[in-house]
Amino acid sequence: MKRSQKETEDSARKVTRRAMILGGTMLATGGILAARMRYLQVERASDFRLLAEDNRIGIEHLQPPRGLIFDRHGRLLADNEQNYAVVMKREDTDDLDGVLDRLSRLINIDMDELAEAREAILARRPHVKVTVADRLSWEEFSAVAVNAPALPGITPEVSLSRIYPYNSDFVHVVGYVGPVSDYYLETTGDTDPILQTPGFQVGRYAVESGLEQDLRGEAGTLWVEKNAAGRVMRELDRQAPIPGDDLQLTIDAGLQNYAQARLAGESAAGVVMDVQTGEVLALSSAPSYDPNLFVRGISQADYSTLLEDPFRPLASKTVQGLYPPGSTFKMMTALAALEAGVIDVDETVTCNGFVELGTRRFHCWRRGGHGRMNMEDSLTQSCDVFYYDVSQRVGIEGISAMARKFGLGQRYDLPLSGIASGLIPSREWKRINRDEDWLIGDTLNVSIGQGFVLGSPLQLAVMTSRIATGRAIVPQLVRSLNGIDQRSGQAEPLDVPEAHLNVIRQGMWKVSNHRRGTAYGSRVAEETMQIAGKTGTSQVRNITATERAAGVTRNEDLPWERRDHALFVGYAPADNPRYAVSVVVEHGGGGSTAAAPIARDLLLRAMYGDVPPLSAYPTGARRSIEDMHDDMELIPVTPAEDQPGAIRA
Amino acid sequence: MSYLEYTQKAIPTGVNKVLHLNWALILLTSAVCCVGFMMLYSVAGGSFRPWAMPQIQRFIMGLSVMFFVAFVPIWFWRNISAVAYIGSILLLLAVEFFGSTQMGAQRWIDLGFMRLQPSELTKVTLVMLLAAYYDWLDPKLTSHPLYVAIPVGLILFPAGLTFIQPDLGTALLMMMGGAALMFLAGVHWLYFAVVGSMGGGLVAAVFLSRGTGWQLLQDYQYRRIDTFLDPTSDPLGAGYHITQSQIALGSGGWTGRGFMQGTQSQLNFLPEKHTDFIFTTLAEEFGFVGAVSLLVLYLLILVFCVYTAVKTKDRFASLVSLGVAVTFFLYFAINMAMVMGLAPVVGVPLPLVSYGGSAMLVLLAAFGLVQSAHIHRPR
Repeated sequence: MKRSQKETEDSARKVTRRAMILGGTMLATGGILAARMRYLQVERASDFRLLAEDNRIGIEHLQPPRGLIFDRHGRLLADNEQNYAVVMKREDTDDLDGVLDRLSRLINIDMDELAEAREAILARRPHVKVTVADRLSWEEFSAVAVNAPALPGITPEVSLSRIYPYNSDFVHVVGYVGPVSDYYLETTGDTDPILQTPGFQVGRYAVESGLEQDLRGEAGTLWVEKNAAGRVMRELDRQAPIPGDDLQLTIDAGLQNYAQARLAGESAAGVVMDVQTGEVLALSSAPSYDPNLFVRGISQADYSTLLEDPFRPLASKTVQGLYPPGSTFKMMTALAALEAGVIDVDETVTCNGFVELGTRRFHCWRRGGHGRMNMEDSLTQSCDVFYYDVSQRVGIEGISAMARKFGLGQRYDLPLSGIASGLIPSREWKRINRDEDWLIGDTLNVSIGQGFVLGSPLQLAVMTSRIATGRAIVPQLVRSLNGIDQRSGQAEPLDVPEAHLNVIRQGMWKVSNHRRGTAYGSRVAEETMQIAGKTGTSQVRNITATERAAGVTRNEDLPWERRDHALFVGYAPADNPRYAVSVVVEHGGGGSTAAAPIARDLLLRAMYGDVPPLSAYPTGARRSIEDMHDDMELIPVTPAEDQPGAIRA
Repeated sequence: MSYLEYTQKAIPTGVNKVLHLNWALILLTSAVCCVGFMMLYSVAGGSFRPWAMPQIQRFIMGLSVMFFVAFVPIWFWRNISAVAYIGSILLLLAVEFFGSTQMGAQRWIDLGFMRLQPSELTKVTLVMLLAAYYDWLDPKLTSHPLYVAIPVGLILFPAGLTFIQPDLGTALLMMMGGAALMFLAGVHWLYFAVVGSMGGGLVAAVFLSRGTGWQLLQDYQYRRIDTFLDPTSDPLGAGYHITQSQIALGSGGWTGRGFMQGTQSQLNFLPEKHTDFIFTTLAEEFGFVGAVSLLVLYLLILVFCVYTAVKTKDRFASLVSLGVAVTFFLYFAINMAMVMGLAPVVGVPLPLVSYGGSAMLVLLAAFGLVQSAHIHRPR
């Protein structure tokens, strides 16, 4: 349909006419808006200015008390203490420098801090409160309060701040809180208005960070009427803050404290778990550091010291550290072999000290060989050749499947920071990540826990718990939240024949209790508390030919960072398992000498519920144990009072 | 088939289109957006987070959408306007079922990278469809009752869907925008007179129905009307916004208190200080001069849209440009009237200034339509 020229022009004219009418209406409305603006902003400006200055409604946020953190027996691990602070609002004074000068004579504040505070005050909008100084003594605080009339704009305020009574013992579990940073706001997308309050702190690490939303609570609101000087005339309404949920961990404060003391001096990690429930009783990583430093704002110098320490105190090695499990992995290879039916329980393999594969030689740790070994013996004496042999029959996929079944290579959902998932390799993994085919030699390396396999101390403790119980134990860290039990129920059976597990358990018992066992030196004398375990020594790197030529044959001759890692996993009592342990001593040398004694002490401490008596140790070791206990600086763990937020054990 | 397609020879092609953009309009919209970034920076206490930075990113995205829309010939947009309208209706229906509820209203569909507010989109597609409808319709039939009923239905359907979200502000905006377009198309005066008096009756009914079983509005909407009529009746409750925003506005005075110097700390706790009430911060910090300057920028944008509409002889292009202008006008006029206590609080953002992705994107796309009309006008 083609319209005539005239018709089109007619309608266009009509549109134009009405457009003009509408345009006029819009301009007129604009005029009305402008007139109203003039009325409000020019004619009545002084009225409103008065209203704004003289008598205005202020809304203040009331800080919710952060949830407390208890151990399994109700001992307080993270508390709130009153923090006396001085805050300043620029709009309430005309003489900022004068006020700050008078303030500096009342409280203990150095010039740098004062200059910093001044800058912070000037950087924010005039009505925003900025903290000038905090952690004041009661005397300073009351001096400011008494002199308030001479300090317009300054308000003394009491807030709550976090304190960790056990200092460095729990930082790797409980973590710490710190100021709200731009980075925090950006990464979490958290828009809670309470975050804008001066001095408010949020969880930055481990449990404090992982359970931030539960621990924080909800801000209260205070509506007040103020006069021209910004003084509160009357309180109009108040909505009380809702405190954060109290949290009870599965950690045993006494055991954790003992473990930290026992690991002191090493770069090491130790995990103790309840094998039946998966509750983590101790999660210690050494060296450690004081979380209270971070709450108060750590100095650059202190932070650099922590950062540059070769023992890496900032790392929580129990969950973040990944190590080749070494011989502690042999149980997996053995179980995979039994499952595949490629070896009988009594079948023996002869160890001549090495296996030849093509042109390569794979050595046993004992150069001279072990002779004829069955499965049990191979665990007891940690013979490598036995595993080189059977792993070729099983293949990598069988071994990997068994390792995954026992909880290796997976990330557990605990409220901790930077939990590593470890690595259980497979043919596909190597093809994708290395772009290479899987070689038989790789399988041999994996069979003794070397090569590509990586596990964290927590994963090794889970593996040990699963061996001890035959059930799919999952680690748990939270016992209750706000008095509500968070523990999961009984774990499912693993679907591994009990007969197979018993071979392994018998071998592990012999490791610690048979004269030829690799951890016989760290046995327990008390018969009802015997340990079943496995040592491991994992190579960080091979000793090179040059070094061998130069006479370096022993680990002790190498510099620290190139020595082997020492490992031990075990559970006790052997006949009725209750606790599992895993210990990794970084570059500690041999598992039997460096890791096994620590693991034994941790298990004994868990079983006795206190510093173990000397009667538990073999006669020869008692003297040195006594000395060690005398030297240990244990913090007396006060008996728990009745804590409302905690379930009693 | 319209007049336009017969005069295509004179229309710029390819890169030449860039030269024929209405650059004044682009500069004006960008200026308004920059005012928005400044205010968002200020209400965040002098920080690009959490509002100014995302807003700048969306502005850049919106600007690219605008250029895209502008370079596509205007008759293409006319041809797909029915499809666009149906698409936005489907999205509106989708909100009913999959939308996420925020602040008591179901308005968004989460697309992952941004939250789409279909009601915003519908405002523009409705304008497009109505313009296309009157382009198609024989001008002689414009005031025929049947041909008046059709656009009324096209307006009321999306407006109804928006109303039940519930989002009264946007629903009213759609109806007013649609009505303005029908007026521009030349629908007879009498229709508007009748609807106007019926509207008056409806307002009476709304008030009379209050508290009875057939109450027409939600309780919160009644409270907002109460507040509008007497803000001092409840200074801590529903009237809080209005009282505080007027105090803030008024205390700005002639030249304001200066950038980031607004002392109305109360506004710090206004829940919508970065969206619907952002104008109060502007007025407080830059005073009467600042507030009127923004108003003038807005009115200049309208002038350029109307100029494009009058300059083109194509009915669709002209109606779309005017429709976009009216929609834009309704946004800022209602928002400003609301914060100045001339209209009830209905939840309409200040266009291109308030924080919000959908509104900015849709408005910039709509200005793209005006640009397209401008570039592809017959010469």
